[in-house]
Amino acid sequence: MMQALTVIYTIWLRECTIFTREKVRVIAGIGQPLIYLAVLGNGLGAGARLTAAGHIDYIKYMYPGVIGMSILFTSIFSALSIIWDREFGFLKEVLVAPVPRWGVAIGKSLGGATVSMVQAIILILIAPIMGISLTVMMVLKLVMLAFLMSFAVTSLGVVIASRMQSMQSFQMVMNFMIMPLYFLSGAMFPMTSAPMWMKAMMTFDPLVYGVDAIRNVVFSDTMITGANGARESLAVVAHNAGLLRWSLSYDVTLMTLTAVVLTAAGAWSFSKTQAA
Amino acid sequence: MPPIIHVDDLVKTFDKLTAVDHVSFDVEAGAIFGFLGPNGAGKSTTIKMLATLLKPTSGRATLAGFDVATQPTDVRRAIGIVFQDQSLDIRLTADENLKFHAMLYGVPRDVFKARADQVLKMVDLLDRRGSIVITYSGGMKRRLEIARGLLHHPKVLFLDEPTLGLDVQTRNAIWQHVKRLRDEAGITVFMTTHYMDEAEVCDTIAIIDHGKIQAIDTPAALKRQLGGDKVIVSGDAALATDLAAKYQVDVQPVGGEFHFQMASGAEFIPRLMTDFGGRIKSVQVKQPSLEDVFLKLTGHGIRPEEGSTMDMMRQGIQLWRGGRR
Repeated sequence: MMQALTVIYTIWLRECTIFTREKVRVIAGIGQPLIYLAVLGNGLGAGARLTAAGHIDYIKYMYPGVIGMSILFTSIFSALSIIWDREFGFLKEVLVAPVPRWGVAIGKSLGGATVSMVQAIILILIAPIMGISLTVMMVLKLVMLAFLMSFAVTSLGVVIASRMQSMQSFQMVMNFMIMPLYFLSGAMFPMTSAPMWMKAMMTFDPLVYGVDAIRNVVFSDTMITGANGARESLAVVAHNAGLLRWSLSYDVTLMTLTAVVLTAAGAWSFSKTQAA
Repeated sequence: MPPIIHVDDLVKTFDKLTAVDHVSFDVEAGAIFGFLGPNGAGKSTTIKMLATLLKPTSGRATLAGFDVATQPTDVRRAIGIVFQDQSLDIRLTADENLKFHAMLYGVPRDVFKARADQVLKMVDLLDRRGSIVITYSGGMKRRLEIARGLLHHPKVLFLDEPTLGLDVQTRNAIWQHVKRLRDEAGITVFMTTHYMDEAEVCDTIAIIDHGKIQAIDTPAALKRQLGGDKVIVSGDAALATDLAAKYQVDVQPVGGEFHFQMASGAEFIPRLMTDFGGRIKSVQVKQPSLEDVFLKLTGHGIRPEEGSTMDMMRQGIQLWRGGRR
């Protein structure tokens, strides 16, 4: 057991060391969501009308979505770096070491989760610009959510990466798996306004619950001026308008279940991987 | 003392291809054991099975008393391995590569510091230990890999084509290290190569071709097998038959010259000159090389090395990654 903890710590430490060195990755991880927010948020916001919630700006709706996006992409890149390691040989060094492989998979997920947490913290700090009140409690809750969601997504990435032999398949995974997962996560548009078939698909996207959870947390402490001029809670208004679908505890329960299943799948897949 | 590696009837097939075909051999502790053979002969596949990276199709192998198929963790703890293509983390420094290796192999932290100094000194990388590995040359990376492979004091060090693509100077330096390791640390070195001159370093050589071991012996004994020195004579065309008749030797015409084997070739020359003096233009006496042994055993020379498409791709990616910084 001690040995398993050591390998988890070792792999985690390696991920973090590399993260601190790859400035480009940090900039990309934070820059991409910000660009989405600035361009799509303002662009689509001008055209989009959020049904029955005319006084919630689109950008407020989208902001928690791009935090989810940052977590999704950071985590998946983190896991798919296994393919880099395979290509550049370092994977062999890990596979030939006298350590349990599932520990390596967990360490990888922990590493991805740590990086995601750091980026989520940076992104939440711009909340006041979005007209969202920032509280310490909110940051703490968000960090925990980022951790949970990232752990799940990184594990999903480990499942994929354990089977992939080359970088060529990477684009396929991005286009046909990661982008759809993102689009259907409710980050960009609410499930309420989606057509029936899409609603059905969205229910099976585990990220829907992650994004809904983040939105629950981000909206929780903000008051806005309602249609009749009265001060109302943003969370309540969003809930009534169907922009927030479930309670935080429901979201977290489903995310946790997903994370547990995917972590087990990731650890199992990685222990079966071939050095090639 | 029992052999440190014992291989018994080992087989590995990939689909229809038999890469390793009923191979059996022993390696004595403290020896430098070499696998000599062309590309695709089954050298790397055998190493991967001994290092627990591939499961044998059939047969059995033990290393330091542990079965490679059923006790992989014990085997892994007992070995160090330098792969044919590099397995360093190029985004980390040399020190960090060593640190993570030590952690994975359970080298205690207080021991690590001294050992890292020791192995880095051995491969002459002490002054570059803080640099990121991507800035290293090919030879430096190899040396660092060898240092890393020795960090946890393995009983057996596997070197799969350790000097492939390296310049002569680096190759010599690496061989000096390997010999010193054997003498000072008493570790067993198991290496593969297709360079004949490198195989000369080994205490024992196994010549392998098409997945089968053709011969195992010391380099000297293998060459003795050939029946002495190689005598190369040039002169008139009738010499071939006359030489064969006079000395009962097998004469091979090679590019206008005649080759044949003769025990103590140098002492044979005066006799040759007395018998055929006027008809001979030149005489050379050569020690037989492992190349000759290989040719005799397999009927062909060692095929030249070809870069795989994978290598080219890897290089391309490396260039791209390098350019991005």
